Amino acid sequence: MRTAWLVLRKDFAIEARSWEVLTTTLFFAAACVLVFAFAFVREGKAVEDAAAGILWIAIAFSGTLALGRTFERERYGETLRALLLAPAPRPALYVGKLLGMLALLGTAELFLVPMVAFLFQATLFSRPLLLVALLSGGTLGFSAVGTLFAAMLVRARSRDVLLPILLYPITIPVIIAGVRGTSALLAETPDEPTAIMWIGILAAFDVVFVTLALWTFEPLMTE
Amino acid sequence: MRKVFGLPVVVVGALFAAAPYFIAQAPYESTMGLIQKIMYFHVPSWIAMYAAILVCGVSSAIYLFQNKPAADRYAVSAAELTVLFGSMGLVTGPLWGRKAWGVWWEWDVRLTSALLLELIFVAYLLVRKYGGPGSEKLAAAAALFGMAVAPFVYKSVDIWRTVHPKTSVVPTLPKVMAGPLALTALAFLLLFFVLLTLRARLAERQAVLDELYLAHED
Repeated sequence: MRTAWLVLRKDFAIEARSWEVLTTTLFFAAACVLVFAFAFVREGKAVEDAAAGILWIAIAFSGTLALGRTFERERYGETLRALLLAPAPRPALYVGKLLGMLALLGTAELFLVPMVAFLFQATLFSRPLLLVALLSGGTLGFSAVGTLFAAMLVRARSRDVLLPILLYPITIPVIIAGVRGTSALLAETPDEPTAIMWIGILAAFDVVFVTLALWTFEPLMTE
Repeated sequence: MRKVFGLPVVVVGALFAAAPYFIAQAPYESTMGLIQKIMYFHVPSWIAMYAAILVCGVSSAIYLFQNKPAADRYAVSAAELTVLFGSMGLVTGPLWGRKAWGVWWEWDVRLTSALLLELIFVAYLLVRKYGGPGSEKLAAAAALFGMAVAPFVYKSVDIWRTVHPKTSVVPTLPKVMAGPLALTALAFLLLFFVLLTLRARLAERQAVLDELYLAHED
């Protein structure tokens, strides 16, 4: 647990010096939302249900970018190897990296959600607790798989292409659950039972993905 | 090796030769008529795909945790067969759907998730092909995640209301239809077994050849 905390603090310290990943991720997410706005807005009005999809696609795309950047930084300094050489339990390193990813995406969502709500007149804040549950469940599932594959891809050739190729098919169930749950909340009268059902499914996927990732991280990162 | 292997090949050949007769014998389904007979290809190809996913996932786990190269050869063979049988299911499905539902493709949970499952294993093959050294382990992890998603795809029709028939349909088929289906399913599973053995043997041969090349260069 202490190792995980140290890894997290190290990532924070680096990020606080340059703000490189956070600012680029945020800008990219905003650009994503705008691109989709052009695609889905007809005569000044957004297509119904588009807001939920746009929000989650922006999260997934900018998440991929952030994953690539954070691990690219580790690769430049050969610091990932140093981390792996340290006499620390491997799963703790993974948890540290995962927490860093969650913090980063959480910050991005803090900006993204109001932006989508504002631009698409979406009533995202009518059920704040359910929305937070959906967002955290979805982000956890996405980052759990993403951190594992991004860490492994550090050594591979053509890693920029392979990360989305691997990540999207595996995490699409999570993204679908997030989109459906969010659009249930966006309905004229928020459909709570449906949203809660999708939160349950997200939780199930999170448990499976995090367990699998913790279980496979050790043999995967051993050369 | 060759002696043991000959028997399944003969049995598969016989089963595939006999299948058209038994499928023709099976009665027409009351509402869908002739088109329903595509089931004798559609269901067995998915059964074979699930078998391939199971083999791929289990051998990937063995490869990851015990580092046995033989397990990796079975994993890659099974992944290729997953894509093969999956694409058979994805071709026969829309053909059936066009007649039964009036559309080629419906974006419901079962169809979408089945397509995803296929994509995961296509990604597996892509990673192995373009990932460079060390990509075998990466692909093995992807296979484990694919195996984790597979039960969700299978059960999805029971959780949500979809246009696709539920899992309870197959066990409750009338005997005259269940018989031919069991026969074709057995034929597909045996075909999977034969292809898996052949492909893994090919991979083993390649590994031996690579070693010889390396030894020659030294």
